[in-house]
Amino acid sequence: MHEMSICEGILDVLKEQARAQNFDTVKRVCLEIGPLSGVEIDALKFGFDVVMRDSIADGATLDIIETEGKAWCFSCGTTIVIGERYDPCPKCGSHQLQVTGGEELRIKELEVN
Amino acid sequence: MCTVCGCGEGEVRVEGKDKAHGHHHHGDGHHHHDHGPHHHGHDHDHDHTHGHHHHHGEDGALDYGSGEAGGSVPGMSQGRMIQLEHDILAKNNAYAAENRGFFADHGILALNLVSSPGSGKTSLLVKTIEMLGDRLKSYVVEGDQQTANDAERIRATGAPAIQINTGKGCHLDGHMVGHAVEHLAPSDGSVVFIENVGNLVCPAAFDLGEAHKVAILSVTEGEDKPIKYPDMFAASDLVLVNKTDLLPYLDFDVEEAIANARKVNPAIKVLKVSARTGEGMEAWLAWIMAARGMVLAGHPLGTAAE
Repeated sequence: MHEMSICEGILDVLKEQARAQNFDTVKRVCLEIGPLSGVEIDALKFGFDVVMRDSIADGATLDIIETEGKAWCFSCGTTIVIGERYDPCPKCGSHQLQVTGGEELRIKELEVN
Repeated sequence: MCTVCGCGEGEVRVEGKDKAHGHHHHGDGHHHHDHGPHHHGHDHDHDHTHGHHHHHGEDGALDYGSGEAGGSVPGMSQGRMIQLEHDILAKNNAYAAENRGFFADHGILALNLVSSPGSGKTSLLVKTIEMLGDRLKSYVVEGDQQTANDAERIRATGAPAIQINTGKGCHLDGHMVGHAVEHLAPSDGSVVFIENVGNLVCPAAFDLGEAHKVAILSVTEGEDKPIKYPDMFAASDLVLVNKTDLLPYLDFDVEEAIANARKVNPAIKVLKVSARTGEGMEAWLAWIMAARGMVLAGHPLGTAAE
């Protein structure tokens, strides 16, 4: 359940940005999260509401863009889509994969006032 | 991101300091101490049709002309968009980078030991420190939600240890470890073992500045742990299969467990050990010394030893 601390981290960034970019409230937060980032999206949504209460982002909408897990297969030399780290290559069945995408855990954009 | 759970900010304790974090909170103390059984209904089924046609310049540049109001009037607010592309873990990663720099400057090998609760991490550590003896000076950072029991067990070996209690937190982070190392003041060329909170999920996401994560998997657990908790095994460089002295009494299939670990991390190294009997421990010590050799390569301490 480190989603709570992820949300604390988001709030820290929002507060820094509020100072730097001169805004008072956050209406919407858009995150980009990969399936291999280790974050449970439902837990994050729950934590978001709790952590943002009484802050500059109280009641802010949370939008999440879920990216794809991608890997490069050493055995057949292709880029493939994976859902989990232990998935085999769908083309050749090998587990010799190098994850190349899907670990995103990023604040993509904010809508502010 | 030095805290861990929404209301846990005041609960992190580094042993020997009476107040959590003291000076290190930058004045924005926002505590959410209202964790009652609240039933705030989140009906978040908002269909997002307020199509905002904003134009964003690069690097978060703002186009005031494309906001809801179509223009900007000082003193009037309009919803505006800010493009960030900000890594949420950036703050932790910055603390970790600072720690890593400290370890590199001082020729210190830092290892982050991760596992489920009860895998035998502390016993393994006690045995490791005893066997290392004079070969390598050891220091320990102990992470647990509560109690200083583990640090006391380590200190009984003669090695300096400091306990971090994370309160409700489920993992150590770069900030906590930075503080602990400051207090521990490890000597140049030593090894710092960081025993993370027993948890195979959350510590995977938090870099502490270590050279390697070492996962400990005991044979009383399931062979499928590496694929049940893939992130941790993907982030680790070594797996220690511990408590091998119990194998005759169990159905645990070591080869299957190793195969599962390799499914999530083809490059992972596996060693079988028993902290109780000492079986396999020399190989683990050899791994530590090799890892230390990598740290010292190019360091003044390394060339001095030649």
